[in-house]
Amino acid sequence: MSGTPLVYYLLLAALLFSIGLGAALTRRNAILVLIGIELMLNAANLNFIAFWRYSPNPEALSGFMFVLFSIAVAAAEAAVGLALIVSIYRHRRTTRLEGMSSLKG
Amino acid sequence: MSAVFIFLAGLLLASSLAAVMFRRLVYTALSLAVAFASLAALYLHLGAEFAGFAQVMVYVGAVAILIVFALLLTRNAGSDPEHPGHGGSWITGAAIAVLVFGCLAFNIVTSSACARPMPNPPSITTRQIGESLMTRYVLPLEVLGLLLTAAALGAATLALEDKRKS
Amino acid sequence: MILLYSSPEALLIQLKSWTVSLAPAAWQPVLSSAISALVILLLFAGIFALTTLVERKGLGRIQNRPGPNRVGPCGLFQPIADGVKSLIKEDIVPAAADRAVHFLAPLVVLAPAALALALIPLGPGLAAVDMDAGLLCFFAVGTASELGAFMAGWASHNKYTILGAMRAIAQMISFELPLVLSTLTVVMLSGTLSLSSIAQQQGSYWFGLPAWNVFTPWGLAGFIIFLIAATAESNRSPFDLPEGESELIGGFMTEYSGFKYAVFFMGEYFGMFAISGLTITLFLGGWNAPFSFLVWIPSFIWFLIKLGLMLAWFIWVRGTLPRVRVDQLMNFCWKMLLPLSLLNILAAIFWHFTASWQFPGAWGLRWAIGFGMIALPFIGISQSGARQKKWGPRIYRYAD
Repeated sequence: MSGTPLVYYLLLAALLFSIGLGAALTRRNAILVLIGIELMLNAANLNFIAFWRYSPNPEALSGFMFVLFSIAVAAAEAAVGLALIVSIYRHRRTTRLEGMSSLKG
Repeated sequence: MSAVFIFLAGLLLASSLAAVMFRRLVYTALSLAVAFASLAALYLHLGAEFAGFAQVMVYVGAVAILIVFALLLTRNAGSDPEHPGHGGSWITGAAIAVLVFGCLAFNIVTSSACARPMPNPPSITTRQIGESLMTRYVLPLEVLGLLLTAAALGAATLALEDKRKS
Repeated sequence: MILLYSSPEALLIQLKSWTVSLAPAAWQPVLSSAISALVILLLFAGIFALTTLVERKGLGRIQNRPGPNRVGPCGLFQPIADGVKSLIKEDIVPAAADRAVHFLAPLVVLAPAALALALIPLGPGLAAVDMDAGLLCFFAVGTASELGAFMAGWASHNKYTILGAMRAIAQMISFELPLVLSTLTVVMLSGTLSLSSIAQQQGSYWFGLPAWNVFTPWGLAGFIIFLIAATAESNRSPFDLPEGESELIGGFMTEYSGFKYAVFFMGEYFGMFAISGLTITLFLGGWNAPFSFLVWIPSFIWFLIKLGLMLAWFIWVRGTLPRVRVDQLMNFCWKMLLPLSLLNILAAIFWHFTASWQFPGAWGLRWAIGFGMIALPFIGISQSGARQKKWGPRIYRYAD
């Protein structure tokens, strides 16, 4: 089996999270921001799976179940988010986030 | 570190970086699919068979395809030369991301939880997962069903908007 | 190592482990995987060559012409000639195409199909990969072919290819729902996701007749739904809209030539073999013999016979049915197959909870009620659909 210490998985997840965060903060296209959010969610999932694998009692399945539920929630989030983006695009002809800020006070 | 981990980690980081850096949006979606697939392979490497396949099915099979569809439906939006994909404040954003990574990495390296030895691979069968989904986690499962139904209805309503008006 | 003869399957497994034991210990897992992969690829590549020939000859007979009969005796060497032709043909990449994605697309279609083939058990212990979540793995690798279709269509920069790719993705995503839901009944009643245990459980006989899933009401309905969805999923006629020659030239494969086209073709056929193998495993008793007095024939022979029958069915359908329209396709999937496959789950639950009925004629009553649970809604849905013109004959609005 894998002889990789837990710390490498956590560092990898932290890097993935930072990449996602950087994308969500710097990109202006709403779809790319959504991609960044998905990457952050996936980084959290990787952490959950790694902790589950290295936990003293993996038969409890806590981290594993969290990932299953998180995957399903992420699917719902992506579907609604992309439907919103497409719907906004129909009205305003843009997917840039600045073009969607007309409700700002 | 095992060779499999190094390979998968490299693939994951390279493809996710590519996903956020590419200027062509379709490349973004394709490298995102590679990133999701390599993450699923990491789950398999960690012994989480079921989660890995669920990851492939949902992320590669549904989310990546949805993103591709959204990119194709909003194709004319990205080709605006005056407004490049990166905002003017991208240095601030990148700095925040690096800072967050620094904080996380510092805490991870100094944490005592990382000294944990790797236990023997757990023998989790699919039947066990199903049984705990139907007993201990049955309420979250029901709520999730409700959420997914609501999301499906909501997405369909949003997408059908034009048809209803005309 | 001594080879102990107990059954033909055990002999094959022993032969493989003996070959593997010759290698140094560090290489043994690699060698074992390599042998399995090689056997799977060679076996199914052979079946692929044979199928193309049989399909062309069969379609020829259906259309009242001889089919290929020039190369070798009865045209038997036609697949070899085809292979050589596709190898030496010029490989044309359109000038506007995205070269990297254009190159990768056929591989993305072929690789998951070959992976899916590795999951199918050809006999007891004769699966290249026998995992606990095998069915989930099958559907997981199957999703990658949608991306391949999109990559091919988008990279070619041609409106026919992009139209074909969009049709292919929409069709595959839609038909995946009834496909997965109809397998759910089998998973519920056999209580496992492992393909070899599902096949194992259908191995018993009832007065010499097989206990296959297809001989139960939910199994019969699930089999029919699964078969229709599988035909659509593998882009076979009458659901071959993504490459409909008369409308889209060649769909997402329009801009491919030479060997890349052959790889696409192979990926499509491998996908068809994989889904036929899954149909056999889930509903048609897997490797088990149809009658108890025929169990002396080795299991993998039975599997291959059933596979041949499935392929013959696919060819027959292709030669017989005209292509459906795209709105008929979607209506049929979402308004007919999906509700029926959901009702089928109810029928499976009914079958499960009435398993304790003991009075005489209980089996027949269970069968009748379970069958009615699906057949009556089917009649209702199809009648109302026909009245609302969701499917049925084409109405010519501008020409007569």
